[in-house]
Amino acid sequence: MKKYLLKRIGVSIVTLLAILLILFCMLEFMPGSPFNDEKLTADQVAVLNAKYGLDKPTIVRFGNYIKNMLTGDFGVSYTISKNTPISTLLQSRLPISIRIGGQAVLLGTLIGLILGIIAALKHNTIWDTLTTIISVLGVSLPSYVFALLLSYSLGFKLKWFPLLYAVDSPLNSSVLPTVALCMFTVATIARFTRTEMLEVLGSDYMLLAESKGISGPQLIIKHALRNALIPIITVLAPLIVGLMTGSLVIEKIFSIPGIGSLLVTAIQSNDYNVIIALSFIYSAMYIGIILVVDILYGVIDPRIRLAKGDGNE
Amino acid sequence: MEKNTILSIQDLSISFTTGAGEVSAIRGVNFDLHRGETIAIVGESGSGKSVTMKAIMGILSSNGKVNSGKILFSSAKEDMEEDIDLLKLDKKEMRRKINGKRIAMIFQDPMTSLNPVMTIGAQIMEGMKWHYKTPKKEAYKRAVELLQLVGITDAEKRMKNYPHQLSGGMRQRVVIAIALACNPELLICDEPTTALDVTIQAKILELIKDIQKKLDISVIYITHDLGVVAKVADYVAVMYAGKIVEKGLVNEIFYEPKHPYTWGLLSAMPDLDTNDDKLYTIPGTPPNLVNKVAGDAFAPRNIFALNIDNRLEPPMFQVSETHFASTWLLHENAPKTEMPVELKARVERMLGEAKKDGE
Amino acid sequence: MSNQVDTVEFIKDDFEYVGADKISQVDVAYESQPYWKDVLSRLFKNKGAIVGLIFIILIGIMAVIGPNLNDYTYDSQIITEQNLAPRIPGAEKIGIFDGNEKMSTSTGMTKVNGYISADGTETGRENTYYWFGSDVLGRDIFTRVWVGTRISLYIALVAVLIDMLFGLGYGLISGYFGGAVDNAMQRFAEILNGIPNLVIVTLLIIVLKPGLATITFSLMITGWIGMSRIARAQMLKLKEQEFVLASRTLGAKNFFIIFKEILPNIFGQVITNTMFSIPNAIFTEAFLAFIGLGVPQPKASLGSLISDAFKSFTTHPYMIIAPVIVLAILMLSFNMLADGLRDAFDPKMKEM
Repeated sequence: MKKYLLKRIGVSIVTLLAILLILFCMLEFMPGSPFNDEKLTADQVAVLNAKYGLDKPTIVRFGNYIKNMLTGDFGVSYTISKNTPISTLLQSRLPISIRIGGQAVLLGTLIGLILGIIAALKHNTIWDTLTTIISVLGVSLPSYVFALLLSYSLGFKLKWFPLLYAVDSPLNSSVLPTVALCMFTVATIARFTRTEMLEVLGSDYMLLAESKGISGPQLIIKHALRNALIPIITVLAPLIVGLMTGSLVIEKIFSIPGIGSLLVTAIQSNDYNVIIALSFIYSAMYIGIILVVDILYGVIDPRIRLAKGDGNE
Repeated sequence: MEKNTILSIQDLSISFTTGAGEVSAIRGVNFDLHRGETIAIVGESGSGKSVTMKAIMGILSSNGKVNSGKILFSSAKEDMEEDIDLLKLDKKEMRRKINGKRIAMIFQDPMTSLNPVMTIGAQIMEGMKWHYKTPKKEAYKRAVELLQLVGITDAEKRMKNYPHQLSGGMRQRVVIAIALACNPELLICDEPTTALDVTIQAKILELIKDIQKKLDISVIYITHDLGVVAKVADYVAVMYAGKIVEKGLVNEIFYEPKHPYTWGLLSAMPDLDTNDDKLYTIPGTPPNLVNKVAGDAFAPRNIFALNIDNRLEPPMFQVSETHFASTWLLHENAPKTEMPVELKARVERMLGEAKKDGE
Repeated sequence: MSNQVDTVEFIKDDFEYVGADKISQVDVAYESQPYWKDVLSRLFKNKGAIVGLIFIILIGIMAVIGPNLNDYTYDSQIITEQNLAPRIPGAEKIGIFDGNEKMSTSTGMTKVNGYISADGTETGRENTYYWFGSDVLGRDIFTRVWVGTRISLYIALVAVLIDMLFGLGYGLISGYFGGAVDNAMQRFAEILNGIPNLVIVTLLIIVLKPGLATITFSLMITGWIGMSRIARAQMLKLKEQEFVLASRTLGAKNFFIIFKEILPNIFGQVITNTMFSIPNAIFTEAFLAFIGLGVPQPKASLGSLISDAFKSFTTHPYMIIAPVIVLAILMLSFNMLADGLRDAFDPKMKEM
């Protein structure tokens, strides 16, 4: 377990460094310096360069860069909001995105688990078919199709929910985006839970548990679900990727002032600093979540936790 | 049902709905088991041994259907006097009253029959806590005792282990401990030694036999290994294509077999003294039970088949007080048919050895 | 029981032996089918997969001939014919697709028809038909949808090629050679996989110009990792097996073992995984187009059509319907076909 932990943390750190290096290189080779649009003399540029440490050797600047990124100093925005520190831009936006993403994950996982369990327990019935249809639809249709459907029907036609996100009524106006965003999670989790549950339900240890006389919730939760859940953790990585890409689109459709819509705006207005800062934030979140998930996996599964040296893989 | 009978299966018939059609897996099974005794059910794979046991445990897969019959079970424990038909209990009652508490089962493959994410201790204690609300401390104490009973050293330490940390033989011992946790009266062993190393097989069999004596429980063995049967059983029932074709005391089946299928099984048993170049095999393959079986299911593979076998199913003929066989060869009009000479020689050899052992 | 016997009437020859020659001494071998035939028959029994396959073929045909079915081209604009609702000859007579569009105005709902004016004045468009309507710039949506479909299908092809060339090769080599080679290759893949796709694509687009080449390139960077993992895992499993050892003792070269001995054995999984990566790739393109990083105007992809139509979708919802439906059917079909293929190659989950 110790070796497994160390290895996972090591890989995460190296990945993060690799991303920082890529981002740093992009900044280095990006056309123009931060001061080229101002009417400055060569001397003034040199002074500014010295002030911001741009005259130092590359390796020192890379070191500084890593320090800045890790402490949340992402520089200033050029075009979106001139000379505003990016950290200020993020302050209000990051919590909104995390909240909607979190809501979608929780709601999606819950619904997905329930659907998957029902489908497996009622295998080959109408419930099973229904779940399969829902999960194929959820995986197949891009989240913006759901977003459009929802905002057209429930928002525009029926006027149950607001069409756009409103910062002053975050609960009501986040219903549609959360639902649209969670469809992919629902589908993936439901599909995977069903397969895993079916496999577990057909296993010998379930028969043994039943022959011990265990039944009802204890049988399903303690014996079946606990075993089925372990591999389900592995789908979390693709889910997070799906959520990140999904959030870009969803935030655009519902005008949510989060980091997803900020990234879209930054890309469309070529605000490099913002793009790079957001790339770093997305990567760091992703790496962090994957690391936590992997460690969790090891903790939950005694076969990994108690393995004595786990060899190469 | 006689006073000392613990289990009586009467005319049990079970079918499964599959993609290929309706499979009649069990076609009228009858047998009784007396308290404290052991019956071995022998047959090829697919003959319906395991299905019968699953029916007793109430763990048939969802596409299985009981068409007719009774499984009468009588308990000696005070809170249940009458005989009950296990097939009439619903799943919930079955789990609460019977499974684990009165009838326990040991499965074939100890590598897969333990829950990989629960400790050994938790799995042994679970049944006690579930059925009797045993306090944790008491359950723990009893679990350690059980582990010692099944011959696991370092029992306290093993309680915290997970299945993957134990060897196959150890795991089967744990499975036995789990089965014994709630003092069952009947233990069903579904090929308990097939998945184990030969060296461990004998030990596990000895263990079950010891425990049976100590705790006075009845045991049903399912096996295709006649060697196991000879070691452990009081009674033997030979199954073929969902029916019992011959049953009797172990000596009757081994020394005076009457059914041609039993002859085949005995002849096919490898043994050191056989000088034949080739090991005998029963010709052909068991019938596909999707198709309706007309007459005797074994007839197409039986070199002693009579014309009537293709037309009518043979009834159970009584050979002795305890010995029954279902073959038309036992009818008074049938031509006198003896077991094949090779088998005869073999039986005589076995009888000789048994005598020697007895002296 | 024996009293039952008394009721049976016996025939004369009942108690004569059938004879050893009449009984079946041979083992009945249940007829076995060749592997491929087996897979195909299972696939064709799967209704979802067949429906998916038919739709993929239909959409493929439409992508080829669709843009030529009328006189419009994907970039021809007729400024006077903006925002026209769908109108199909024939169907208009029964009241659907007649070019009518409901518009909500400040005074309530009104019916608008851009082809035939309500007061009887000539519009000059009485004989004009836009089957799927026209967009805000007066372009034929029907033509643009099928041109856009071509891009999605091209992306599907790219995904297949990347899986087959990069992913498969990388995984097989990494798994086969093992040791230091495997270790280095796996660490590299692991680090690459640790960077979210979204970030890779965005960074690429800063460096390169948005367009089909950039999308292809970004798929190339990340699209192969999933396949390489599967190929490697299978290779690790198979290379220890006897038939590989046998081949090696007979003097087979590495190249021969990888491609002739091992590849045929993992083909099922390779095909299934490839099929699953197609909808992913199509989705990536549609997603990029939706956030404005797709093919540049006036070219169209399904994603960019949806993105453009989204801007006016509360006023002219018909513009978004056609591309959304085609995209949805395409994605669904590929997923259903992939599901069917998986079940056909690996039927163990089927009968439980």
